Amino acid sequence: MPAGLYHENYRSDERIFQTWFARIWLIAFLLACALFPLFASKYMISIMIEVGIAIIACHGLNLLTGFTGQISLGQAAFVGVGAYTSSILIGQAGVPFIVSLGCAGAMAALIGMIFGIPSLRLRGLYLAMATIAAQFIIEFTIRRWDKLTGGVEGMYVDPGKLGPFHFDDRLHLYYLTFILAVAATMVTKNIIRSRSGRAFVAIRDRYLAAEVIGVNLFKYRLMSFAAASFFAGVAGALMAQYLEVITHESFTISQSIDYLAMCIIGGLGHILGGIFGVGFWFILERILEVVTTSLNTAFPDHVTWFVSIREIVFGLVIILFLIFEPDGLAARWRTIRAYWKLWPFSY
Amino acid sequence: MQNEFLFFMQFLLTGLSMGSIYALVALGFVLIYKSTSILNLAQGEFMMVGAYICLSMTLDFGLNFLASFVITMVFSVILGLAVERLVLRPLIGEPIISIIMVTLGLTYILRGVVIMLWGNDIRQFNIFPAEPIDLWGVKITYLYLWSMGISMVLLTFFAIFFKYARTGIFMRAVADHQTAAQSMGISVKRVFAMSWCIAAVVSSIGGILIGNIGGVGVELSHLGLKVLPAVIFGGLDSILGAFIGGLVVGVLEFLSAGYLDPYIPAINEVFPFMVMVLVLMIKPYGLFGIEEIERV
Repeated sequence: MPAGLYHENYRSDERIFQTWFARIWLIAFLLACALFPLFASKYMISIMIEVGIAIIACHGLNLLTGFTGQISLGQAAFVGVGAYTSSILIGQAGVPFIVSLGCAGAMAALIGMIFGIPSLRLRGLYLAMATIAAQFIIEFTIRRWDKLTGGVEGMYVDPGKLGPFHFDDRLHLYYLTFILAVAATMVTKNIIRSRSGRAFVAIRDRYLAAEVIGVNLFKYRLMSFAAASFFAGVAGALMAQYLEVITHESFTISQSIDYLAMCIIGGLGHILGGIFGVGFWFILERILEVVTTSLNTAFPDHVTWFVSIREIVFGLVIILFLIFEPDGLAARWRTIRAYWKLWPFSY
Repeated sequence: MQNEFLFFMQFLLTGLSMGSIYALVALGFVLIYKSTSILNLAQGEFMMVGAYICLSMTLDFGLNFLASFVITMVFSVILGLAVERLVLRPLIGEPIISIIMVTLGLTYILRGVVIMLWGNDIRQFNIFPAEPIDLWGVKITYLYLWSMGISMVLLTFFAIFFKYARTGIFMRAVADHQTAAQSMGISVKRVFAMSWCIAAVVSSIGGILIGNIGGVGVELSHLGLKVLPAVIFGGLDSILGAFIGGLVVGVLEFLSAGYLDPYIPAINEVFPFMVMVLVLMIKPYGLFGIEEIERV
């Protein structure tokens, strides 16, 4: 805790950003994000939209896996549910975009709760497998229910409108994603501070003890599934706007694994974890893209060698993080901050 | 009536032979889980790697099938040992999520390496004759019969191995109680290494067999996840369960293809998973799995 910081009432003790230093940096960061499109290229704006969407989905997954301890390998499927719900509602029922956004979240939450029911009896490995099954069943439904979803060929997404904003414009979509990502972060943080959040953490740490002190396991586990899938659904609605054509291929199990990997790299059970993890992932992805293209131009005869650099590097990153930094970047960030707080007199 | 029976037998027999391969791969899952409590989600990638090595030995280097089979087995042993030593031993005692995730990271690497070395195309072995033989009206290819035969022989071998061989008994002892086994002078590390080796070997055999049926491609790695329903059905820590679960899931897959396909096309892709969700809800530890009892 910084020197000179003391609390005279609970209100100040419970504040999320306790020092002026932190508040100023936060405002500076948000301003930088808001002004970012003025200086950035179209490509960079697109990447940032992807980052925002991934942050929303990862906050949801972090709530479920990091805070409640229920391993889920099906987050991308719920993102898919959100994407299809929103675009079907806009395209075929003519529902306004903002309503479809809420409906996408609600639909995903509903389906998430259905697949969360096994969590009443299952833990750990077994639950992870139930979520793998959820992933496959949802993916299959999307692929085969062609009348509704367009099947393998995918479906066109009608651009959403909200007053003067048209979300087929990347700039407008950027601001929408940005606002929703900030909102998702705040909502997650506040869920964790509430009664439900403490129940989640209790379930994660020792579920039997939690049950003994009166936490209704089933209720809170389902709630956690619902919240995680709601976030995924909202992310999906944005994803549909971003991609413009959606197919089942955007919501496969490897995407689910990617989300989980982002959470782990960032730090499961830390709010900042979702943001750090997604940031790290996308930065690494850009770097690898540059490396691959330059290798391809340098050695045009061996292009096949470089196709899978991305997969190999990401696999290595996941394994190395788990072995050497299992608490992720958020924990590293904490130690770095603690170090500099006392620097150069760290006794 | 006669026709309907033949139709049923056709799918049953195909299902049984496919199921026996699943049983083989499920055995790999169970072995690792039983002795090390790790669910190896990279099992499908082990299959894929095995199939690719065997394929490239036969087609690219022109060795005969038996020689390349032996080379593949040697390589699988090395792969199993390396994975156990380098990736999973540092994670002993870590939470389940880390262990699941590390095997998933492994899937990325193995798949990446395979694509790097062999590219993305699906290739065929073409070793067994393609024309089917007629068993009292049920048509089945030699390939399926061979697969069934090889799997059955291997499963019987392992059943005997765990019952009577010293190493097999050691492995069961470690699965039962690690510290007790250690105090009786059993090297737990060696047993861990042994189970990874056996798992890698049986899954590459499974991979080679399935690769013979459907061609060798990166898609093969998804079969590892397809075996999960089999493992769950029989119980994660039961060798008998893996055997029965594999057969049941194989039969279910093909029967659903035969009977439900007109209503929901390609239902067989997910039918085993639907069954898995049901099994998980009703009997989470499977038919033969040991129920975990927990105290605060």
